[in-house]
Amino acid sequence: MNKSVSRGLLYCILLLLYLFHNDLWLWYDARLVAGLPVGFVYHILFCFAAATMLTLLVTYAWPEHLAVDEDDEEAP
Amino acid sequence: MTLTIIILYLCLVVAIGSLSHRLFRGTGEDYFLASRSLGSFLLLMSLFGTNMTAFAILGASGEAYHEGIGVFGLMASSSALIIPLVFFFIGTRVWALGKRLGLLTQVQYFRQRWGSDALGLALFIILIALLIPYLLIGVSGGGITLHQITKGQVPEWVGGLLVCSVVMIYVCYGGLRGTAWANAFQTVVFVTLGGTAFFFILQQHGGLLAAMKAVSASNPDLLIRGDHIKPLKLLTYTCIPLSVGMFPHMFMHWLTARRAETFRVPLKLYPIFIAAVWVPSVTLGVIGRLDFPDLHGPAANSILVRLIDLHAPEVLAGLLAAGVFAAVMSSLDSQVLSIGTMFTQDIVRHYGFREQMSERHQILYGRFFVCAVLVVTYVLSLTTDRSIFKLGVWSFTGFAALFPLVVAALFWRRSTKYGAAASLATVVCLWTYFFQLGWATPGHTVGGAGIMPVAVILAGSTLAMIIGSLLTRPPDESVIRRFFPQP
Repeated sequence: MNKSVSRGLLYCILLLLYLFHNDLWLWYDARLVAGLPVGFVYHILFCFAAATMLTLLVTYAWPEHLAVDEDDEEAP
Repeated sequence: MTLTIIILYLCLVVAIGSLSHRLFRGTGEDYFLASRSLGSFLLLMSLFGTNMTAFAILGASGEAYHEGIGVFGLMASSSALIIPLVFFFIGTRVWALGKRLGLLTQVQYFRQRWGSDALGLALFIILIALLIPYLLIGVSGGGITLHQITKGQVPEWVGGLLVCSVVMIYVCYGGLRGTAWANAFQTVVFVTLGGTAFFFILQQHGGLLAAMKAVSASNPDLLIRGDHIKPLKLLTYTCIPLSVGMFPHMFMHWLTARRAETFRVPLKLYPIFIAAVWVPSVTLGVIGRLDFPDLHGPAANSILVRLIDLHAPEVLAGLLAAGVFAAVMSSLDSQVLSIGTMFTQDIVRHYGFREQMSERHQILYGRFFVCAVLVVTYVLSLTTDRSIFKLGVWSFTGFAALFPLVVAALFWRRSTKYGAAASLATVVCLWTYFFQLGWATPGHTVGGAGIMPVAVILAGSTLAMIIGSLLTRPPDESVIRRFFPQP
């Protein structure tokens, strides 16, 4: 898979993840899962999903062009 | 005993911050940006420590006390996604430009990008005005902590004075490097001690399940979002973390990275660190209802300290209070240094010395402004409202609403100074309007539908940027070539 395709795919997954932040289906659910309310557990898991997303972005969509050579630097 | 531990802790922070002075190279760039030499570990710790304020530690638990577990989704998990994304898309690019062009401050960048002194000055004033309430959060947080943990023996003004004095010493002496070292130490302290407090207090309640069952019996509404938080509020609250894109202190920390790759580790770990701090904070806020059922308004901001005081033995209480101090100071130091840097570089050096300022003078002025900002903040903290959370949200709202500026500057070649000025003016007008409404009616949302004012202000400032830019002459080709070099 070429870089622009994988980058595009990752951005789509990112959008999907953002939408999944809005867990309307758990709004009134007070069940306890592992000692915590299910809506709380969902958002803790969301943090781990965010960490995974960032790992994928860093690995497959890193902006390589940002590397700065000493020669490129302008005097302040 | 508690007070002794806190004082010992503060001495340790001063020692660590000052120790960094051994590496000082005597230049302005070294004092303000540690010669752009920080590695991944220090970058992660200083980015995270700077962003986790008394707002997260005290304000979040206070808010969870009133609103329940929904506070986590509202502020923590949204930040876990949005903040590292801002670092990824904005921070890395700002670092590259800063390194290539020798930039030291945010205002310098915008002033040069759009070739306008007036725009730079307006932005300088707005950024400082928005940072002041954020600074007050830290100083008030220190005061509340010490007052509560010593059972009222030490007045709040002494706590604030202690925080300001310690920060003044190590920021003046160590500059950015001292701040980063102290931040790293303090981040480890507040994450570790926060976790300790969490398990200790839970144990006193018979474990997590027993505590949650007790909350379920007494305050079942705290375990759901229910009517506390409207769905549109959850959606639009995700605009608030965009504020990191315009915080002067975050901008300053981005510039300190050794190379672009230095960002990789902080980006991956940032969401986990957010969860590690906010899960205990929100859980303890909810459980606090069991021990202190009748706290009203801002009084709930002290719930964490009250729990520590009630359940932890004296030695642990002292250590945990030190943890709260750590969170407070690790933000205050960077904010104060960034303001000192802005005054020195954007006002004194730019207007007073026409950019011709010796290294020695830069450092001298930097130190002077750090002291002056701390003195002013401390005096203000003695006279202003102590509702930490309320202050924080309005500060964040303003910074988030300025986000279109940095996006346009970095990604939109066609953006112009007039577009940026229109965007700034829109933010000022709308922010003032909503601030008045929100201050009179806490929890105010647009039309009562749950839409956070930040979403409306952000939309307005984006629109103003687009229209203002398209209606005016495109920027010169030389500017474009300088800021958008061909890869």
